Amino acid sequence: MTSNPIFERATRFLSALRHCQVLGLRVHSASDDGLTITLPYSPQIVGNPQTGVIHGGAITSLMDTACGMATLCVLPEFEVCPTLDLRIDYMHPAEPHKEVHGFAQCYRVTTDVIFTRGFAYQDDPQKPIAHVVGTFMRMGKAVKGTKGFAGVIGGATK
Amino acid sequence: MTDNFKEQLQQAHERGDYASLLQLIPYAKLIGVECSRLGDELLFRLPANKDNIGNPLLPAIHGGVIAGFMELAAALHLLIFTGSPGVPKIIDFSLDYLRAGQFRDTYAKCQVCRQGRRVANVAVTAWQSTQSEPIATARAHFKIEETPSP
Repeated sequence: MTSNPIFERATRFLSALRHCQVLGLRVHSASDDGLTITLPYSPQIVGNPQTGVIHGGAITSLMDTACGMATLCVLPEFEVCPTLDLRIDYMHPAEPHKEVHGFAQCYRVTTDVIFTRGFAYQDDPQKPIAHVVGTFMRMGKAVKGTKGFAGVIGGATK
Repeated sequence: MTDNFKEQLQQAHERGDYASLLQLIPYAKLIGVECSRLGDELLFRLPANKDNIGNPLLPAIHGGVIAGFMELAAALHLLIFTGSPGVPKIIDFSLDYLRAGQFRDTYAKCQVCRQGRRVANVAVTAWQSTQSEPIATARAHFKIEETPSP
């Protein structure tokens, strides 16, 4: 596991999000190119009790978080970036009792909008369980909630 | 799917009480989804819960929870209304966030736009203050088990 400023920022950011703590999300790796968040398997996120397969909603939470946090990889300073839209294509169900990794990256950054994409996988990144695209709105630095947040995650705000 | 689940579904539908059904789905319990029947419609409710918060400073519900809630609502709506023999499998899910989900109860209603033999298209609207001001809209495709022809 690598340690770097983006990884540190991402880890601090994630620890401030209550629901992500409930799901047990953790930053697996992070760089300029994107980041990977890991969702551990747990009985509480099962969607189908007969098969033990986790609910799509948990994967959506993982991927919404991963895509949203991918903005940390490309922005010089912390900005609140609410989700505009998100689309998930499910390739096949997640295998029970295995953690899910969510990789996300930003492929276009404009003054107002950030375009992200990613995929969720278990053992093999070549066999994703879901593909995701999401767009995020840039709210700039002077937005309610930003200042406190930047303090929490120790962003580069001066 | 076990007979037990089918029986529960049948009973729940007759009584218009879906709590026992939702108790069987761990993820529904985790985020706290409730469902009630109003006439011929189903209303889903996600009570305000601190564990569902994403942005702690606003505070706002995590977008993923809103998505999970809407996805679950769509699947249950299909299950209850189509009488399909199995739990519908999600193919894709697309949602637009229109307003921040504040720390208060969230509601959702679904509409089956098209039900084919193998695939169904469901639209979901989620709101907090009034239905005419949705916080998110979504659409989903589900693979449904083909009902054996009589």
